Amino acid sequence: MLKVSNLECVRGERSLFKDVNFSLEAGELLQVNGPNGSGKTSLLRMLCGLARPAHGEIRWLGDNIRSLDEDYYNSITYLGHLNGVKDNLNAIENLRISSALAGNGIDESTAYASLQKMGLIGREILPVKVLSQGQRRRVTLARLLVSDTVLWILDEPLVALDTSAVLLVKGILEQHLEKGGMVVMTTHQDINIAAIETKRLQLN
Amino acid sequence: MAINWFKYSSPASFYSLAGKLIPIFSIVALILFVVGLYISFFVAPTDFQQSEAYRIIFIHVPAAWMSMFLYLIMAGWAAIGLAFNTRLSSMIATAIAPTGAMFTFLALWTGALWGKPMWGAWWVWDARLTSELILFFLYIGFMALQAAIDDPRRADKAGAVLALVGVVNIPIIYFSVKWWNTLHQGATVSLTESPKMASIMLTGMLIMSIACWMYSIAMVLIRTRTIILERERHTVWVSELHKETT
Amino acid sequence: MFLWVIQRDLLLAMRQRSDVLTTLFFFIIVVSLFPLGVGPEINMLRSMAPGVVWVAALLASMLSLERMFSSDYLDGTLEQMMLSPQPLILLVLGKALAHWMVTGVPLVLISPILGFQFDLQTDALLVLAVSLLLGTPVLSLIGAIGAALTLGLRGGGVLVSLLVLPLYIPVLIFGAGAVEAVSAGLGASAHLSLLGAFLLLSLVLAPWATAAALRISIE
Repeated sequence: MLKVSNLECVRGERSLFKDVNFSLEAGELLQVNGPNGSGKTSLLRMLCGLARPAHGEIRWLGDNIRSLDEDYYNSITYLGHLNGVKDNLNAIENLRISSALAGNGIDESTAYASLQKMGLIGREILPVKVLSQGQRRRVTLARLLVSDTVLWILDEPLVALDTSAVLLVKGILEQHLEKGGMVVMTTHQDINIAAIETKRLQLN
Repeated sequence: MAINWFKYSSPASFYSLAGKLIPIFSIVALILFVVGLYISFFVAPTDFQQSEAYRIIFIHVPAAWMSMFLYLIMAGWAAIGLAFNTRLSSMIATAIAPTGAMFTFLALWTGALWGKPMWGAWWVWDARLTSELILFFLYIGFMALQAAIDDPRRADKAGAVLALVGVVNIPIIYFSVKWWNTLHQGATVSLTESPKMASIMLTGMLIMSIACWMYSIAMVLIRTRTIILERERHTVWVSELHKETT
Repeated sequence: MFLWVIQRDLLLAMRQRSDVLTTLFFFIIVVSLFPLGVGPEINMLRSMAPGVVWVAALLASMLSLERMFSSDYLDGTLEQMMLSPQPLILLVLGKALAHWMVTGVPLVLISPILGFQFDLQTDALLVLAVSLLLGTPVLSLIGAIGAALTLGLRGGGVLVSLLVLPLYIPVLIFGAGAVEAVSAGLGASAHLSLLGAFLLLSLVLAPWATAAALRISIE
């Protein structure tokens, strides 16, 4: 479904990576590994169409994502290393707004239920700025619970999470893969997510 | 004659082509400037209304023309660069901006010099002068934006969007200023509409205009070459060039 | 969706009321400084009033432009907006309108009171408010282009003024001109319809340019 061929990324005058090829089918997981500065984030940003590759192309269901634009955005969820939550809004507002932005509006009780699953009960009406890093990350990740997209592109989703939250996310990802979803993620943590096939991509 | 124009759209071949063209345009510009200035200051008759001071229009008018043409040309190249993702076109647009700003400044400066004997003030809020001033701001904005962006590709594209927004706005600004001007002062002195221009004056002005064109082309080529070298300094052909020259 | 963006930005503005008030007080202070600078002669003040109020409105609107995208850019929300299945043009339009509601509308509402400081007549006060009502959305729409182009740049705030102020000139001319025309006993309808035309034009073109600029800046 997702097919990447001969991708090259140039930052300034340096080529970060080139000739990256892979494809991803339903139920498959791609883990992107590599040291800091090897272009993991750049690769993920290219996959979701935020950045333009210097060479090569990314195809979704056979079409170049450049030509798909908004149709493609209906099929992906991207969580970057920035949380994308507003400090002055509370968790429920944040979740509802980010879901609405993703074209998938939810009502307050759904938002409440997802936050509950993420272990944020009692915190849902506080402005996000008083929450800890890990709790903010949970607010962000709650989006995955209500998302109906096929391809998830996650940049270091496990950063700042404690052990119980890591297990929680692992469960969410496995459930998504089981239903035929796809996940592309970067992580420095050693976790084993069950998938039909786990692919690994090493960037240097 | 089949010339492969696309060959010159690569920075490397454009670099060498420009290198050959620069002396030609520079020499032609120099000759035309000498001839044009000679006609302007010694051959053209003294104007019976404006005496000798009018001679500044031989510089002022071509400079004002160039300032406007160059903005359009700059926006054109920038748009091509944006639409077709051609690096060279964007580099040319960047190279045009300083020359355009220089001519705009020259037009303002000579306008002020002319204004003093004509109207008794260095600056009058004449519609043309005001529009020229705004054009100057637009050039400065374009250059400031490009200078503030470190990534050259982003600088090219952002500059292109700004230049295009400017092009859409220039007619609106121009007519607004014109209307504003007619509302606020009844009798305006027009800079270019002198009643009858002797043909020798026209010739002088034409030669000066062509000289300005040649000068602009030469300057833009020189600046484009510099930009090419700066941006492509890590490529093989530039390092070979460097070896040849040292 | 479009409404979501407006609603969200208004909600954020409500949580951060001081930002809104700062812009408003900046406007009031700038307008109040002019009589102190040029003297209290009432006839001169009356003839200066439209220009003074309009220039202050330009500056106030410009002052808050930088915030339009930068906080969303810094916390990652802007990336999420770019990845929304909704057309980016609509989102941009929503943000520009929210910016106008937060910065433009208060200026429109306060302007008649400032007009009193300059002894404007009732009809002139009315036209001043109407001209601001038509003109300030144009400022937000054009300003959005500048804000998008300078996103994340050092010195973005100063740079945005350099890019945007020249483009504001037609709005200034016809906005202030409308009030002057009324004070001079001529009708203001021509000026106001031109302001309306600028508004329509910028509604169509500015979001498009802003969206293009955002794509460039975020890449």
